[in-house]
Amino acid sequence: MEGLERIVLEHPFFAGLGPEFGAAISGCARNLRFAAGEYLFREDEPANEFYLIRHGTVALELHAPAQPAIVITTLREGDILDAAWLVPPYRWAFDARATGLVRALGVNARCLRDKCEADHDLGYELMKRFVSAMGERLHATRLQVLDVYRPQRA
Amino acid sequence: MLGVKLAIEPDGVQRIIDALTRQGYRVIGPTVRDGAIVYDSIARLDELPVGWTDQQDGGRYRLEQRGDGALFGYAVGPHSWKRFLHPPIQRLWQARREGDEFTVVEDEAAAEPLAFIGVRACELRAIAIQDRVFLGGQYLDTPYKVRREHAFIVAVNCGQAGGTCFCVSMDAGPKVETGFDLALTELVENGHQLFVLEVGSAAGADLVSEFSTRPATEAEIAAAEQVTARTSGQMRRSLDTSGLKELLQANPNHPRWDEVAERCLTCGNCTNVCPTCFCTSIEDTTDLAGATAERVRRWDSCFTLDFSYIHGGSVRNSPRSRYRQWMTHKLAHWIDQFGSSGCVGCGRCITWCPVGIDITQEAAAIRAAPQPPERDVNGRS
Amino acid sequence: MTTAPESWAVPQPLRVTRVRRESSDIATFYLTPASPFAFAAGQFNMLYVFGRGEVAISISGDPGEEDRIVHTVRAVGAVSGALAQLRRSAVVGMRGPFGSSWPLAQAEGSDIVIVAGGLGLAPLRPAIYRVLAHRQHYGRVALLYGARGPADILYQRELETWRRRLDVEIEVIVDHAGADWHGNVGVVPALIPRMSFDPQHTVALVCGPEIMMRFTVAALRDRGLAAEQIYLSMERDMKCAVGLCGRCQFGPAFVCRDGPVFRYDRIAPMFGIREI
Repeated sequence: MEGLERIVLEHPFFAGLGPEFGAAISGCARNLRFAAGEYLFREDEPANEFYLIRHGTVALELHAPAQPAIVITTLREGDILDAAWLVPPYRWAFDARATGLVRALGVNARCLRDKCEADHDLGYELMKRFVSAMGERLHATRLQVLDVYRPQRA
Repeated sequence: MLGVKLAIEPDGVQRIIDALTRQGYRVIGPTVRDGAIVYDSIARLDELPVGWTDQQDGGRYRLEQRGDGALFGYAVGPHSWKRFLHPPIQRLWQARREGDEFTVVEDEAAAEPLAFIGVRACELRAIAIQDRVFLGGQYLDTPYKVRREHAFIVAVNCGQAGGTCFCVSMDAGPKVETGFDLALTELVENGHQLFVLEVGSAAGADLVSEFSTRPATEAEIAAAEQVTARTSGQMRRSLDTSGLKELLQANPNHPRWDEVAERCLTCGNCTNVCPTCFCTSIEDTTDLAGATAERVRRWDSCFTLDFSYIHGGSVRNSPRSRYRQWMTHKLAHWIDQFGSSGCVGCGRCITWCPVGIDITQEAAAIRAAPQPPERDVNGRS
Repeated sequence: MTTAPESWAVPQPLRVTRVRRESSDIATFYLTPASPFAFAAGQFNMLYVFGRGEVAISISGDPGEEDRIVHTVRAVGAVSGALAQLRRSAVVGMRGPFGSSWPLAQAEGSDIVIVAGGLGLAPLRPAIYRVLAHRQHYGRVALLYGARGPADILYQRELETWRRRLDVEIEVIVDHAGADWHGNVGVVPALIPRMSFDPQHTVALVCGPEIMMRFTVAALRDRGLAAEQIYLSMERDMKCAVGLCGRCQFGPAFVCRDGPVFRYDRIAPMFGIREI
């Protein structure tokens, strides 16, 4: 448990988090490993776990018939896999595939949500980090949608 | 006269063929060609596979001499009667251009009536299944209807199970029950050949009334019953159909699909030889001058990439998805669509698969380790 | 409203009387039928280009007008490409109508939410016509329409006409736009949380690319609509259009015969299965 707590606090997402919160989070956490090609989760499955990538790359994908899966974005060491587990209806909105060996922290969603309800300081620390991560992601997605590399019309 | 059982000698079978020919039927029956027993036009008894039998297993088919003169001492080969009722290639219509307009002329359904000699119980069931597909819905396949209505069927009760047969599991044999005009059971005892002939329809009764026959004795009828009873006991394979539809429909991501995909070549042999597979493609062509056009329907297979192609790509791209489609359709979706299983237990798909994939084994493997339900989409709330 | 059981295989040659270019690759054309043509909103025809081939195209005209057959086609292949280039007085083969239809009679008394994405507005337009023609039989009526950009908006003049009515809510939203577009920019599902309708008494009709339909259905479910209240129009390649060639199967359903309009609860399990 002590080793896990250290791993939790070392993850970039929790940078600056007081060690008093480390025990709370690691109490809901486990170490995970995914092989290349394995799916961490699929669209519309219940979002039960908060994933933080420690090593490797995860592709977020959408599937559609008669075409290969569309990769929306790739996330790497230090990134978190979305916040669907945090807000109802707790459903993943896309597929997540390990593109190579991936080591991740998995934090049980219900466990963590309950702890945040009980300790609003913990909740606020996490919220601040979430909003920052999601804000960056939204900005990046907007730039992607702009299709800035398309040929410019004369 | 329905249900009456008569006894005839082998030359009685020849007389049946002759009577059908006289009445204008094209008589089709089993015959040996290229090392297999196929269905083609026949006129004489010696064109039947007299004294032949088959050895069948997964991916294996060999003919062997029996050492007796049995006319029907084998199981089924690569052909099924669907190639006559639902031909591999069929023109639907022609169109002729006149200026910027065109007129379409539909093809007439084939006029020559067909008589089938040697239809097994599983094949009668397969014909009934295709009847449901082509005639039981809102839209009719008219050429099939015409051919079917004029077909005369002489069924045969199987004297031995083929190596890959499992008709007993599918409740489709080996005894013929219904759907025939005449049915034969071959009895070979001490070199003496006899047939018990059952009349199954008014057309069958009419045909038989043309020549003299005698009623079968109690002993002969009992011997005929023994033939199919013995064949039932010879099945080397079985398929547990209880809850099979739900099992397959609930397991689209079972690891077995990945496993069979490593063996399946997606060659489509199984769909070709299966007596119930009915999928077709439509081709529109025109002559070089662009003056006449035609529409032709030809057999297709869900194993081709083209079969599920929509703009941009194939929906079922992987071999895994195509094998899953074929097997789930045959054993599960068919029940939702047509009220019965699409499989009759003839074993052809097992025999003619180049790598010997066995549908009964695949179903058993999935049944042995069903996966937990992925998600209940309807329970989502 | 159905094709005869035995003569479904032969196309009728019909003349094009009017063509309207909607965009560089989309055209709407009108055919004159030999006799009054009745169809139900949501159904499709098989359109034949002499010697080239045939494709399934939704009927996008007014079911109340039986003297014309209207289709909107995008050029994506050889046959649709030829259809999208049709000129007035060309002759095209038609057989149909085929397939299931939007549940407009059953939905009377309910609020109607129509969600269209891209070319998905074409198979929904007949439903809009029918609902507006019988406006008193429905509660609130709303259309949400998503397009790629302002230049890709289909039936623009008609949308403006409908919008001028006081009894229909219309929201159009595009993926990107320039500063001269003063409407919404974003994705269609994002419009759903803010809409006002009574989830207990609403029927939703949805058509568009599959990804768009999936997320639209998710957003509608989040608003409290049951799976039995949502209808989608599905697409698969078709040849015979009558459930005899096997090509358009989607799980146990034949899209040409059990669809293309499906109630969502019937096809929900298939949505989650890849390569089905």
